[in-house]
Amino acid sequence: MGRIEKHPILGDLPERREVTIYLDGKPYPAQEGDMIAAALIANGVSTLRFTKNEHKPRSIFCGIGRCTDCVMIVDGKPNVRTCVTPVRDGMQIRTQEGTGSWEGGGAK
Amino acid sequence: MTRAELVIVGAGPAGLSAAIEAAKNGVKVLLIDENAKPGGQLFKQIHKFFGSKAHRAGVRGYVIGQQLLQETEELGIEVWLNSEVCGIEDSGHLLWVIRDGKESVQVRAEKLILSTGASENAVTFPGWNLPGVMGAGAAQTMINVHRVLPGKHIVMVGSGNVGVIVSYQLLQAGASVEAIVEAAPKIGGYGVHTAKVCRAGVPFYVGHTVKKAYGTDRVEAVDLIALDEKFRQIPGTEIHLACDTVCLATGLTPLTELAWLAGCKFDFIGALGGNIPMHNEKMQTSVPNVYIAGDIAGTEEASTAMEEGRLAGVNVACALGHCTAEHAKTRSDEIWENLNALRCGYFGQRRRDAKDLILKKGADLGI
Repeated sequence: MGRIEKHPILGDLPERREVTIYLDGKPYPAQEGDMIAAALIANGVSTLRFTKNEHKPRSIFCGIGRCTDCVMIVDGKPNVRTCVTPVRDGMQIRTQEGTGSWEGGGAK
Repeated sequence: MTRAELVIVGAGPAGLSAAIEAAKNGVKVLLIDENAKPGGQLFKQIHKFFGSKAHRAGVRGYVIGQQLLQETEELGIEVWLNSEVCGIEDSGHLLWVIRDGKESVQVRAEKLILSTGASENAVTFPGWNLPGVMGAGAAQTMINVHRVLPGKHIVMVGSGNVGVIVSYQLLQAGASVEAIVEAAPKIGGYGVHTAKVCRAGVPFYVGHTVKKAYGTDRVEAVDLIALDEKFRQIPGTEIHLACDTVCLATGLTPLTELAWLAGCKFDFIGALGGNIPMHNEKMQTSVPNVYIAGDIAGTEEASTAMEEGRLAGVNVACALGHCTAEHAKTRSDEIWENLNALRCGYFGQRRRDAKDLILKKGADLGI
């Protein structure tokens, strides 16, 4: 839904290095220090995962790493809490289906 | 095995204040937090705090956070971040900690202060789990910490302080707040914040709740509905509102898992958020070497959390022999005076009464 560039209390958004993250293969701009979920929401992404039994979309709920509603597959690892995990340039993120699976096979 | 005189779990306002108070008295403190940054929820609180000058009233929450971090650094307090306490054994003396998601560490602590905070409550209605429905605190984190707007048209559920403050901060961030919905017959937040959102033209719907949220990929609209005096929905009173975000500001529940693990005795105190470890006026629980401070001891505000942290800090310092009982008593009296000042008046008396009940129950348990 966009960045808050100007703020009456916090001032202008500080300049940060731009990085690229990939959601299901598609590139999105993000800023160094962003949490994954915040960067995706800034880009207008509304669904972070789908539930296991009913395939319903989910996004952030608590935003501080407690509820696990925002989990996604990040660099091959499932169930990563994206609201408290920072982005990395070139990061590969996948919309998680159900409980997710390890990409590349087997637990690491 | 790591050894520490005092381990504090949770580096929010209570934990930082406890660490500072204890370290000032000469205690060697290890402060542990699961997050990448200390400060807890202080850094999303961009409004000015209440209370008297002694409570740093008029200072914005994130500035208080910066001051606490600076003091923590100046005192040389050891802080472990990205570190989760997963187990507690031996009556609170032995902690199992996972550092950076990789390393499993045991920590032996003479004293333990738990200041783990609270988490947001949800209210449920059809569609409450659609993307775009979130805790008010989640929206506050997004706008004030991450500087990202989670939506443009907001419906806020709950008109307590969190509801009205976050509504105002969403306006400051550039969103439009379409409604503040309150099930009770009157608004619950402090007048100053309520007045600000009123002046901005935000409509309040008291005696209403959300009946249903609509949407496919995310929330697109809600139906509000009026409630009777027994909080039953009154059919035919639905109000349809378009929105892209619903924020739930419907209270907080203390995060007490570690206190359960430590074997602390609990009781249910509804006015302070649910099951709470009973404690005495030193913030000591039924497990003698385990103390608590902040929202885990009953959900209140950051200002009371900081005072309780100091209270636990000085009393642990005394129990460890770093300061005299006279000093601890004088300091505790000062802090209690501040706490009583924060727990008075129209909004505070209920919390004061609930705290008095905890102390009484604590005494009954022999704490």
